[in-house]
Amino acid sequence: MFKRKDWLIGLGLVAIIVVIFVFSFSMAPEPADGEESFGGTDSAVTAILEEQGVEPWFSPIFEPGSGEIESGLFALQAGLGGAILGFALGQLRGRAAARKELATADSD
Amino acid sequence: MHIAEGFLPPIQCAVWFAASAPFVIHGARAVIAKAKESPENKLLLAAAGAFTFVLSAIKLPSVTGSSSHPTGTGAGAILFGPPVMAFLGTIVLLFQALLLAHGGLTTLGANVFSMAIAGPWAGYGIWKLIRRTSAPAWVGVFFAMAVADLVTYCVTSVQLAIAFPDAASGFAGALTKFLTVFAVTQIPLAVAEGVLGVLLFGFFTRVAAPELLRLGVLKEKEVAHV
Repeated sequence: MFKRKDWLIGLGLVAIIVVIFVFSFSMAPEPADGEESFGGTDSAVTAILEEQGVEPWFSPIFEPGSGEIESGLFALQAGLGGAILGFALGQLRGRAAARKELATADSD
Repeated sequence: MHIAEGFLPPIQCAVWFAASAPFVIHGARAVIAKAKESPENKLLLAAAGAFTFVLSAIKLPSVTGSSSHPTGTGAGAILFGPPVMAFLGTIVLLFQALLLAHGGLTTLGANVFSMAIAGPWAGYGIWKLIRRTSAPAWVGVFFAMAVADLVTYCVTSVQLAIAFPDAASGFAGALTKFLTVFAVTQIPLAVAEGVLGVLLFGFFTRVAAPELLRLGVLKEKEVAHV
């Protein structure tokens, strides 16, 4: 997709992502008193439903005991995903390098 | 986009399960078939699944003052078509429902429908549409990733509005209310996910150009220079 190995494009794209979140973070309105800033949308909707009097008819079979355990499990999810992603991309890169080496060896 | 455990009426849970099940079964078969084709496919499938796994674990701040997570389902849909994401996305949602009490088993059908079916299909549709134009591949990747993300949250809003129409303004009122929470928050995240997708496919193009060509993701002239 890129015309050449251009690290600048990659860096530029990372910079855009960072800018988007810095902008989001700084432009966000101040939370109302007593409300947590940057609360999750999922829990916001759950709160709306509870306000309307909706009662859940089934509760989760396992709940992480505290916010700490929950964030640990979220970290585990991201960590597992990151490890697998890194492995797969690394393998692909290794194969591409090997293919290139073979091609140059053949042409010698 | 996770509808919390027990919050959808039982009948609607059943309907969403029935709607999602064929896609997930078909998706599982698609994953097996694609994986058998070549070792590179296995790696790309693993990458697509892992990408969703990572992104859906990360909650990011948005301009609305809420935080939300991207979905990352567009990548696999571009590579292998949307069916594989029905299966890979379900694994992610099951993990979160069982271990994180995020989403739920009763609402799994509805959540699978929004994140693992509707999102990937919408992203794939946009991808195919843009590929028909002369726009460069990265434009297609950007919009496919962003749309897959955004549509997921819109579908969740529709699901909630069907289940809980507003007392005064009915379905439309409830839909507006849920879209304000979900979709508006999601817009900057979807844009960021689109940019991340361009990075990911830039890497794919460098290391897996023959596979992208074989899968029909890129055209001959787009990889010739690699």
